[in-house]
Amino acid sequence: MLTAIAFYVFSALLIAAAFMVIAARNPVHSVLFLIMTFFNAAGLFVLLGAEFLAMILVVVYVGAVAVLFLFVVMMLDVDFASLKKGAQQYLLAGLVVGGLLAIELIFVVAYHWSITPHALQAAAAAMPAHVSNTVALGRILYTDYVYYFEVAGLVLLVAMIGAIVLTLRARPGVRRQSVWRQVSRTPDNSMDLVDVEPGQGG
Amino acid sequence: MTIGLGDYLAVAAALFTIGVFGIFLNRKNVIVILMSIELILLAVNINFVAFSSYLGDMIGQVFALFVLTVAAAEAAIGLAILVVFFRNRHTIAVEDVNLLKG
Repeated sequence: MLTAIAFYVFSALLIAAAFMVIAARNPVHSVLFLIMTFFNAAGLFVLLGAEFLAMILVVVYVGAVAVLFLFVVMMLDVDFASLKKGAQQYLLAGLVVGGLLAIELIFVVAYHWSITPHALQAAAAAMPAHVSNTVALGRILYTDYVYYFEVAGLVLLVAMIGAIVLTLRARPGVRRQSVWRQVSRTPDNSMDLVDVEPGQGG
Repeated sequence: MTIGLGDYLAVAAALFTIGVFGIFLNRKNVIVILMSIELILLAVNINFVAFSSYLGDMIGQVFALFVLTVAAAEAAIGLAILVVFFRNRHTIAVEDVNLLKG
């Protein structure tokens, strides 16, 4: 009973927050509603017994991706009101496509269907009993799926290098500290002793 | 009152539809389009984890983890491209991205 209440609360908040993401006028509000969406999705994951993915969702999405969005929204000096101006002309097309998609998905989900008992026995990696979700996931991820895991790391590395290469720019006229030049200075090349006669200087 | 697989699939379907609708509604604003793509990928992840839980198979959660990885990389690269584009053109409207049109 308590699980059902939690499910309905989480999913209602999830869908409301997701709708506000696309409907909010201010993109900063959109990002904040996106964070709320991710928190509620993490709640659903906990209800499903996927605790590790729930924590990863909070850490990766809320801690990294959403903050990245927030940085970009605040860094770019964009007139968001002008971007919102012509939204009405796409409303009809969006409603038609979204409505058709929703009807199709409702037919798929709500129509009479069932899981064959055969599918339950054919699990590629059955959930081990008496082991926490994180341990079970790690046992599969670092053995059977280790190559995929490495490739995932490579994807992240490429993304990191790509983001740096794209956004890095060498501005002309920036004065930077050159430690080597500072350290390698000697009195010979930085000081000049001049013997000035009395009455001649000035 | 038990929560079945169909309930989770319904939530994921609603989230997916909202994401697709968001792409149409905010056709000019690239940032909100990227957020809509994040919503769509989240809906996919909910489907994966729901099936994983109800079929007793861990593979769904492994795949959801990889989807999460790709989504994070995509967001980082997309926002980097957006920043570079804004630096050059001083706008983020999708309609102005027409340099390759010839």
